[in-house]
Formats: sequence, structure tokens, C-alpha cells
Amino acid sequence: MRILETEHLTREFGGVIAVNDVDFHVEKGLVTGLIGPNGAGKTTLFNQITGVDKPTSGRIIFDGNDITGLPAWKISRMGIARTFQNIRLYKELTVVENVMMGLHFKVGSDPFHHRFAQAVKSYFFASRENREVYGRAMEWLRFFELEEHAQDFAGSLPYGKQRELEIARALAADPKLLFLDEPAAGMNPAETSHLMSVVGKIKGLGVTVVLIEHDMKLVMNICDNITVLNFGMKIAEGTPNEIKHDKGVIEAYLGKEEEE
Amino acid sequence: MLNFFQLILIYAGIYAIMAIGQNCITGYTGMLSLCHAGFFCIGSYATAIICKVFGLSFWLSLPVAALAAGLVGLLIGIPTLRLKGDYLCIATLGLGEIIRNVATNLNPVGFSQIPRASLFGYEFASRYKVPFIILIWAFVLVFYILFQQLAHSRLGRAMVAVREDEVAAQSNGINVTKYKISSFVLGAAVGGIAGCLQTAYTLTVQPGSYTFMVSVMVLCTVVLGGMGNAKAVILGAFIIQFISYLPQLTGLTNVIPAQAKQIIYGLLLVVMMLCRPQGILGRDKYRYGDPRTRMEKLADFFHRSKKAKGGRA
Repeated sequence: MRILETEHLTREFGGVIAVNDVDFHVEKGLVTGLIGPNGAGKTTLFNQITGVDKPTSGRIIFDGNDITGLPAWKISRMGIARTFQNIRLYKELTVVENVMMGLHFKVGSDPFHHRFAQAVKSYFFASRENREVYGRAMEWLRFFELEEHAQDFAGSLPYGKQRELEIARALAADPKLLFLDEPAAGMNPAETSHLMSVVGKIKGLGVTVVLIEHDMKLVMNICDNITVLNFGMKIAEGTPNEIKHDKGVIEAYLGKEEEE
Repeated sequence: MLNFFQLILIYAGIYAIMAIGQNCITGYTGMLSLCHAGFFCIGSYATAIICKVFGLSFWLSLPVAALAAGLVGLLIGIPTLRLKGDYLCIATLGLGEIIRNVATNLNPVGFSQIPRASLFGYEFASRYKVPFIILIWAFVLVFYILFQQLAHSRLGRAMVAVREDEVAAQSNGINVTKYKISSFVLGAAVGGIAGCLQTAYTLTVQPGSYTFMVSVMVLCTVVLGGMGNAKAVILGAFIIQFISYLPQLTGLTNVIPAQAKQIIYGLLLVVMMLCRPQGILGRDKYRYGDPRTRMEKLADFFHRSKKAKGGRA
């Protein structure tokens, strides 16, 4: 079953077509990889789907709903969470506070989306609500084995742990679909293999994962499906084995062999 | 001399209230706004008009002042809060000046001999300062508690997320625009109440007293004390008022010109930025997630004070 589908998705920046007529789809419960050379439009595609940026044309269907052009906060409330290529943590807050932010719309109520009375309750009984949010955030930290860093500032964590914290914050919102933008970038081999086990655990929770990654060993090992982009266009999709032997993909990465 | 100290207490209180409002905008949500003098002006005028023109009670003018300032905050917030950083700063600076100029053009001399406020038959007269000190600091206490609660609640947490990283906040399901606007409106409403109290004390309102310098002083107060920390902001208000009455306090009014305080503010800000950019008290740690119980906190406090004493001995 397809949880996410894009139809003829296009994003132009002036004369540059960053994403060109892409039909990208994600199967529920599987790990989908999105690969391609630098500048292929992978992150741009992520940004269109998660609402950070709006597509020029095309449609995005998530779980049967058209989410094209919705603001990012609405899309994340519908169940799409993401991490960023250049880590975007709240660096001056503690690790546990970062995860608490991820729980923003899971616990308590908003003055803008629920009844006003609930918002007033949220204000006057803040400490009760805080305890609940804190407790749930700590559970997520335990899941990611980060609990000993709970009271450290997020900016002071080592790089690999910052990446994991960002995933923890995204998962705290209990998403159906999780986008990871180059989760292994800048990680050492030990951290990368730990990341692989983390992605496995996330899949075990029943969360559908889409990841952009340049580390081919990681991609081939953990992805069930792979989509390849080049110059904004989809050039291939299939299982890792099919992709490995796809002529177009090899050409995109290594260049064409000259015929004599 | 005692008179001056009382005066400082009154003005420190009024500025503390304004600074609590500014702190909500700048400290929590991270928007650099420079139009608190405008909200202050609206609050003052609301009180002046209600008490003098309509002859109604001062207490009625309090909510009206807050609503009027909040409404103006909302109207100017919706278009300007899309801007960020320096651009927002310039836009709000202009808006503060517009409010003052509108006030000047409507009535260049302002209002004087505004009826006094009274409570349970007691009339607040400007000659007796102690009742005013009690009145104003009661308001400071109320706003301190309200905004401390805000900072610790879900609303305040979302505001801090907006300050730290807007894109990340959005992807955490936080409606950035609405939190920015509500923070701006809350800050503006509190500024309006400060204006209301100022009018109750001086009983005159002149457009000339809501200049750009007032906005700068309020921002200085917040930066000096520590952004995002309500206690620090109140401390900052005291320091700023001490500086502004320094010539009178030292009895050197002939030697130190009144403008000297502007130089001292500037100098103070530069020194602060170099030595302690987070402000005197800095931000609250453990704001949203203090894992310790009340007893542990108490034990920790005694432990630390013991350590401090031991260090001195």
C-alpha cells in the first residue's frame, strides 16, 4: 500500500528546474532510499513534501489526503516528521527539552486549534503537563540510549549523537512517515553502524522511513526500495539489487563509457 | 534624597512592567522590536481619555489600555512579523514613531489634570509616593507571576522553539506565525498597562514623553538583565533607573549633564556585550524539564550556599 505519492511534482527556481515531473512513491512500512548525485534535487523533493517549500506544480498525496502547498506545521501534525541535512537542533536548550519540543502537539492543547478552555488549562496546570511531556521525552531518550545526556545542552553533544537526537525529536511526534536527510553524513563507521540498527528499530515501530543518503553500503543494506534522481528527474526505482545493476544509474554516478 | 529613592522605585516598577512585555517579545520569541514606547503611549492615552474625557474610573481604563495596545500590536504585527532580525527592528522603530506622531497631531499639548485614581475611597495623589510604590509593585508582581507561568507552560516552550529555530519549530508542528503574533500582542498589552500606571502617577500625558529613547531604554533593560529571564529583567529596570537618576542622586546636577545617561547606557551595553552577552543573570536553566523534586532543589540550594561559604572562609 502506498502511504505517499507525488504526481508530476515540479519545482523551478528561476530557470533551474530542481525537481522535474517526479512521480515518487513510498510503500507503507518499508524503508525507501532516495539517492542521486549532488544537486539531483533530493533535498528539494523532501522540502516540497514536508511543506518547507512549495512546489511549482504537481500534487502530493499522503495517506489519501492531498497535502500540496499546506504549511509545514500542518503537514507535521498529519504525521510526517523529518530531520535536516544541516542539523537543526535547538542548540541552547537541553537534550530532553529538544525532545519535549517534538512532543508539542502530542500533549496539551493549543489556543488556536482546540477549545479555549483547554488552552487556559494548559497555562494554569503547566507543571502537571510539563511532567507528562518530560516523562515521555525521557522514554524516547532511553529508546535512543541518550538518557545520560538528558541535561546537557544539545549543542554540546558529539556530532553523531546530535543526529540521533534530531531523529528522536522527530519520532517523538509519533509520525507515520519519517524523512531522514543524510542521517549518516559526517559519521564515523561505528556511528554509521549504530545508525543502521537505529533505523531498524524505527522500522520495527511500524514507522515508514524515507532516507536520503550517500553512503551506498548503508543504503543497500537497510533500504527495501530505492529511487534514484538525477538532474531533478527520476531515472530509476526498484530494489537495491535492481538498482545496483541498472545501466542508467551507473552512468549517472560514473559517467558513460565512450563507444569506439 | 529619600524622595529620589521613592521616585526611582516608582519608575523602576513602570519600566519593569514594560520590560516584562518586551521580554516576552524579544526574550522568549526572539523578535527584535523597538516600539514599546508606542504601546506605552497608547496605554497612557487610553487612560487619559477614559478618565478625563469620559470621566470614568481609572480601573476601567486598565483593561481598555491593555486591549487598545494589544489591538494595535495585532494590527501592526500581522504585516510586520514576516520580517526578521534587523528588518523587523527598523519596521517596528518606524511604527513607534508613527504612533507618537499621530498622538502629536491629534492633540499637541496632550492632556493634563487627569482625575486621580482611587481605591476603596483612597485617592492616589502624586505627592504621596509610598501608595504608588505599593500599587505599581503589586502590578509588577502580578505580571512577573503571569509571565513566569507562561514561560514554563507549553505556550512559552513553543515561543522559545520559534526563537531558537523557526524551520525546526515548524517541522515540530508549531504554528510559527501565530505564536509570533500572540507573543507580540501579549507584550504590547503589558506595555499598555505600564502606560496606564504612568498616567495615574503623573496625571499628565504629553506626546513628547514617548520618544524613541523610551523604546531603547526598555530594550536595554531586557538585554542588561538577561533575555528570557523575568527576574533579570526586573533587576535591569532598577539599574537603568539608577543610572538615569545618577546626577540627582550624587548631587552633581551642575557637573553631569542630563544627557550623560545616554552615554552611560551605550557604554554599559558595549561592556555587557563584551563581557557577559547573556545579561547579568542570563537565562533560566532547567526551564521546562527540571528532573529534581522540590526537596532535591532545596537540598541542592543549601549544598551550594554551604560551598560558597566554605570558599570564602
